[in-house]
Amino acid sequence: MTTLIKPPPALDERVGRRSMVANLLGRPEIGALVGAIVLFIFFSIVAPVFLQANSFATVLYGSSTIGIMAVGVALLMIGGEFDLSAGVAVISSALTASLFSWYFSTNVWIGVGLALVVSLTIGFVNGWILMKTKLPSFIVTLATFLMLTGLNLALTRLIGGSVATPSIATMDGFASAQAVFSNDFIIAGVDIKSPVFIWIILVAITSWLLLRTRVGNWIFAVGGDANAARAVGVPVRWTKIGLFMGVGFCGWVLGMHNLFAFDAVQSGEGIGNEFLYIIAAVIGGCLLTGGYGSAIGGAIGAFIFGMANKGIVYAQWNPDWFKFFLGLMLLLATIVNLIVKRRADSK
Amino acid sequence: MASNDMTSNETAKHGPGGAGTGAHGAGPDIDQETLLQHEKDTLTHTPVHLMELEAVGKHYGNIIALTEVTMAVDMGRVTCVLGDNGAGKSTLIKIIAGLHQHDEGTFKIMGEERRLGSPREALDAGIAAVYQDLAVVGLMPIWRNFFLGSEITIGRGPFRRLDVKRMKEVTKSELAQMGIDLRDVEQPVGQLSGGERQCVAIARAVHFGAKALILDEPTAALGVKQSGVVLRYILQARDRGLGVIFITHNPHHAYPVGDRFLLLKRGKSIGYYDKKDITLEELTAQMAGGAELAELAHELEAMGGHGELVDQVQAEVAETTGQTPR
Repeated sequence: MTTLIKPPPALDERVGRRSMVANLLGRPEIGALVGAIVLFIFFSIVAPVFLQANSFATVLYGSSTIGIMAVGVALLMIGGEFDLSAGVAVISSALTASLFSWYFSTNVWIGVGLALVVSLTIGFVNGWILMKTKLPSFIVTLATFLMLTGLNLALTRLIGGSVATPSIATMDGFASAQAVFSNDFIIAGVDIKSPVFIWIILVAITSWLLLRTRVGNWIFAVGGDANAARAVGVPVRWTKIGLFMGVGFCGWVLGMHNLFAFDAVQSGEGIGNEFLYIIAAVIGGCLLTGGYGSAIGGAIGAFIFGMANKGIVYAQWNPDWFKFFLGLMLLLATIVNLIVKRRADSK
Repeated sequence: MASNDMTSNETAKHGPGGAGTGAHGAGPDIDQETLLQHEKDTLTHTPVHLMELEAVGKHYGNIIALTEVTMAVDMGRVTCVLGDNGAGKSTLIKIIAGLHQHDEGTFKIMGEERRLGSPREALDAGIAAVYQDLAVVGLMPIWRNFFLGSEITIGRGPFRRLDVKRMKEVTKSELAQMGIDLRDVEQPVGQLSGGERQCVAIARAVHFGAKALILDEPTAALGVKQSGVVLRYILQARDRGLGVIFITHNPHHAYPVGDRFLLLKRGKSIGYYDKKDITLEELTAQMAGGAELAELAHELEAMGGHGELVDQVQAEVAETTGQTPR
């Protein structure tokens, strides 16, 4: 019976053969990767110091302080939302830990634990208000951004009597907390700080979460089309609230690093940083409209940021140029993303 | 006389598909044959319907969206809900799909009175809805869409992960069974045509054990040929033993595939017919209202082309079902 033999899966005339290259180009983070390589080569040429292991570790450290947040923000953007309060929420977390421990003279770890609760609560409240009111996240988180900015300044002055928190360096548990959140690892004579490792671990976990778990599927779905997701039974509300709490968690990690890298926190810091996180995620290929992007992309975006930031110093240029550089980078990266995506889709 | 009609009809429908009694046997204790054995009038007199609405109504504040709607859905039968914009079709399916709850009347599933609180609850009761525009997430690959909300996982606890390979295989084979000429399951759904997108959603509902399938205007945004393809899938779903609720405003799409027709106008039922009791002309006339329609037909004829379109669709349907369109 020759009829039973299926003809070889005749390639549809509608699909041209997609080469490996075209497939690779279809990944969300490819534009950022190309940009990162170009930038790396560029700084290697103009600033030879850049290639030394120690300066590279510094670049990595700079990247990680943006990258830890960019991971949470990238996931949130894939889920279709923004968080403008992310920058000051980091400081709120650090302030909570330091002021609580100092005021009640408790072990620092209790403050750290409370800070985690506060950070997750900020995320929860952002998400909950958003889902209840159906207002755009831009408005909701802009409001929390302003409120947190005010609270940071007012409560710090009220409790500590100054714009910066009192030092907690001599308190119980400070050394062990510092060992976790702000440690230096000397590997082959190179000093690598602990946030770099935390960052890499976070990126690995979230990548896995995004691509290989149910929750990851839901994150793409709520960002791509929340109504469709709801209609097939995806818990849209909890997915989005969870994403905001994820940003809260990342804020806590970075906040603890900021606190334990020194022993005090400036209450007015963090303003404007939320844009750096969003920029990193966008450079990394996350669509502003949601439903598309990757955790690694956010990491690469943060790395580009770190390279530009430190590279300018190593090249001995005036750091005034940095913001201009950043803007140009954002524009170029998004254009490259757009072109690459169009080409990959049309092939 | 009616029962004779039914039997011959049955064989005609199930014969070529080969999905007759076998498919029904696999279902719950009540199958189509016993259901129709003592059938006198399908509208009012069957032992237990898969789904039954009686005098169902719904109001939003002081706006009455739906009132006194009675209809039934059975396995292997297509119930068409017809009406113009604002007739209450959407409200009706939202009640059945669990997005809204009714305020009046009774809604029974397998003879049991129910009130569905969420789409998830409706899905668990075997009711799957395929919406016109929110059926799928455009940016996601076909296989992720297919399993969205009901993903297959392996492993335990924090290591529970998606069984990607299995899901891709199942997607491919399920779509092949629906006769969908698939390019690549990794392709984003957004790249598919409107008809194919509907079919992915239908195949998904069938795979997840839907007993009843609600199709909300599946042909509204489609061209003639694509509409024909979707109508074919409706019949395929019916032959697999599903109860289908087909919502449309186009009697020319409804008539060839439907077994029962519920006509809605301004939130009220203006007629509920068995196929044997109504012709396409009557159905069309009922929907538009006699004089209005005559005028419209005249106008359309003057503009030309409309008759041709209808013929084309009917030819397509006739080809797939072996039924001659009237």
